[in-house]
Amino acid sequence: MNFYGIRAIYRFEMARTFRTLMESVAAPVLTTSLYFIVFGKAIGSRMGDIDSIGYGAYIIPGLVMLSLLNESISNASFGIYMPKWAGTIYELLSAPVSWIEVLIGYVGAAATKSVMLGMLILGTARFFVAYQIAHPIWMIGFLLLTAVTFSLFGFIIGLWADSFQKLQVIPMLIVTPLTFLGGAFYSINMLPPIWQQISLFNPVVYLISGFRWSFYEIADVDVAVSIGMIFGFLMVCLTFVWWVFKSGYKIRR
Amino acid sequence: MNKSPTASLSAESSIPIISVRGVSKTYAGGFQALKNINLDIQRGEIFALLGPNGAGKTTLISIVCGIVNASAGSIIADGHDIARDYRAARAAIGLVPQELHTDAFESVWATVTFSRGLFGKPPNPTYLEKVLRDLSLWDKRNEKIMALSGGMKRRVLIAKALSHEPTILFLDEPSAGVDVELRHDMWRMVRELREQGTTIILTTHYIEEAEQMADRIGVISKGELILVEDKEVLMRKLGNKQLTLRLRQPMSIIPAELSNWSLTLCEHGHALVYSFDTQTEETGIAELLRALGEHGIEFKDLRSSESSLEDIFVSLVHRPMEAQA
Repeated sequence: MNFYGIRAIYRFEMARTFRTLMESVAAPVLTTSLYFIVFGKAIGSRMGDIDSIGYGAYIIPGLVMLSLLNESISNASFGIYMPKWAGTIYELLSAPVSWIEVLIGYVGAAATKSVMLGMLILGTARFFVAYQIAHPIWMIGFLLLTAVTFSLFGFIIGLWADSFQKLQVIPMLIVTPLTFLGGAFYSINMLPPIWQQISLFNPVVYLISGFRWSFYEIADVDVAVSIGMIFGFLMVCLTFVWWVFKSGYKIRR
Repeated sequence: MNKSPTASLSAESSIPIISVRGVSKTYAGGFQALKNINLDIQRGEIFALLGPNGAGKTTLISIVCGIVNASAGSIIADGHDIARDYRAARAAIGLVPQELHTDAFESVWATVTFSRGLFGKPPNPTYLEKVLRDLSLWDKRNEKIMALSGGMKRRVLIAKALSHEPTILFLDEPSAGVDVELRHDMWRMVRELREQGTTIILTTHYIEEAEQMADRIGVISKGELILVEDKEVLMRKLGNKQLTLRLRQPMSIIPAELSNWSLTLCEHGHALVYSFDTQTEETGIAELLRALGEHGIEFKDLRSSESSLEDIFVSLVHRPMEAQA
């Protein structure tokens, strides 16, 4: 195992975050604060409780997940896309590092950033609403697992993209709709039966449901199913990255 | 690993440090960049790979370094198969790419530290300081790379390649876009590295560079390695010498009495050029001068010149094309 190599990549990526602290941290915190003000306070005050949880508190896990998914994907996709774009990837390709080490470095740094951000958003939420966390360990577990899985997904997008436009297209066209329709702002039980069935094909439903369970012990789907789905998606992403490095797809001609 | 230290030590000097066997590369678009390349690089030598644009130099280097996958063939670098034992092989290699691919926002110090770590080496600030000082980069260590000039960026790339103490160094077109001062600095550094035992492989357009630096030369054209030769031997074997006599009276034809010598008239009959092979014992110069005197052909000046590596290179690369035409 090339530990120095992993550390070098990880540090490089973390340094990039701290260089761009405003974009990396301030922007998502501001966006989430706006959500709390608009949905939590303004609209939420006129909404009834969902499963006996106040609306402002109900949307917290969903909002954290929303930021976590977006940040994990954008951090990781940008992290690997930049060296491809700038040409500095030659060094990574010629270095004695295995694909798993490259992955630990990039995905580890991207996940670290988004977990830090998730915690920051949870802290910010405290200023707006009171909430409890019933299972803190599970909460952290969901946070970590989701951050890693979606950083991995972002890494794949970064490998696949060959323009800045493509880098944006999947998060914009697929991930954002999935998160909005994934029950961040509502319980899928509030939907008509047919849409409840369709929602079950949305992986984000399982993430948000499981994560919300760790807060309030209420869930749209069984927690075990949630965990199973995240692991399943993690495995799909890992297999794909393994294949990418093995075949050289888009990176090694 | 199971050899005794003495056996491996004595064997090391004779085993090539890089051994390329039957390497071919066809890109996805169907372009065949390399055709069955076989090449041995000896430990501690400076090897220059010459060839026109698109000949396959960079492809060959990229395959050895792991950036491009070969379509066929195998390569051993520092005793390790580059595919099966890529970790050990790549750890031994440093690459200075042709293009100035650098991180814009990193400092010089951060980027060399990153490179050393990436190649699996523990931190060694003392060594990195030496590398930066040797390349006159020490004063710039805290500057962002994007603030540096093109020549300085080239130095940064060299520093990155040397940061993990490689035993093999690839320099892909090191002089491209580099001023004279840096070029000379680089040559000095390359010689020092060689003295320390580093094997250096460089590709170049500048024949002068190869002529100055290389121990051996490989010429690559259209994906084929058309020649590998010791530089001195190559220049002796393929080099011609010419003796140019500036005539006092211009001449319209070469007199029949001088037909024993290979002569041509130049400069509208003002100069007589005698080409001769440097390999032969008898150059025929003394006889020619005597014959000129006997026939009353007077000259006011004479000079001899040797064909440069450039002439040899051009003749080598163009010869197959002419044969095909």
